[in-house]
Amino acid sequence: MVYLTRKAEFSASHYYHNPAFTPEENARLFGKCNNPNGHGHNYTLEVTVKGAVDPRSGFVVDLKQLKEIMSREVLDALDHRFLNKEVPEFFTLIPTTENLAIAIWRRLEPKLKSAQLHRVRVYETPDLFVDVFGDEDHSHEDHGEDDHGAEDHRKEDRGKA
Amino acid sequence: MKAYLTRRYMFSASHRLHSDTMTAAENQSVYGKCNNPYGHGHNYNIEITVSGPVDRQTGMVCNLVDLDGFVQREILERFDHQDLNLLPEFADAVPTTENLCISIYEIMKRGFSAAHLERVRIEETMMNSFEYSGEASR
Repeated sequence: MVYLTRKAEFSASHYYHNPAFTPEENARLFGKCNNPNGHGHNYTLEVTVKGAVDPRSGFVVDLKQLKEIMSREVLDALDHRFLNKEVPEFFTLIPTTENLAIAIWRRLEPKLKSAQLHRVRVYETPDLFVDVFGDEDHSHEDHGEDDHGAEDHRKEDRGKA
Repeated sequence: MKAYLTRRYMFSASHRLHSDTMTAAENQSVYGKCNNPYGHGHNYNIEITVSGPVDRQTGMVCNLVDLDGFVQREILERFDHQDLNLLPEFADAVPTTENLCISIYEIMKRGFSAAHLERVRIEETMMNSFEYSGEASR
């Protein structure tokens, strides 16, 4: 098995807001990220595919095809967009980096034919990134406790995102 | 879908690699320049990875304010601009980046409950990095 990673960059704006919360709750929970006029990031996307090396081509995946799929399915849809208002996933979901990574996985995974999607990594800034590996089990994971307590902490300020 | 969130932090500290269980010559042979009695320093880049399901209400694995606050209070304030050899963690252990990685993992594991701790990774320099995911993880 060989893993191949292709990088891409896109710039987009977003803001965090849950209509189920009061304005005060939204402000407290999401901090500066709640500004309804949005703010932007230069996102870096890393797409890792895996597979056996084709004995004829020497490739895990045809990089040209991978680049085209990434451009068509992800960059054309997200680059220079206001995620909340222009990207259907985020009409209802909050466009956090977590949800962005999941949305990109779901856009890419059905389109990849020759190689299997292994990981989607999205950098919001150089100091913050999210990885997703799809829904199946992975041997690298530490299967510890299942209750991560996210519910208990959702009302805290996020501020820096 | 489970998501893995990684946050990078930086602190600067000094250390000296020296083991009392070895002779001076052995220490010199094993640790080389790192055995210099006056110590030396690094800018340590720390990556903390936490994981979990994405909360539907917030879109988050965990609130970054919680993670940043904990790391600031328990890691950065403890280690930044310190001589690692003088800290209690390293009273009986050589402050290699391996041991530093384990120490930071244990501090996170003991005290941070807002998300599941996945991994601690430390870049001692641009050329050296170390990762620890707990004993039972692989």
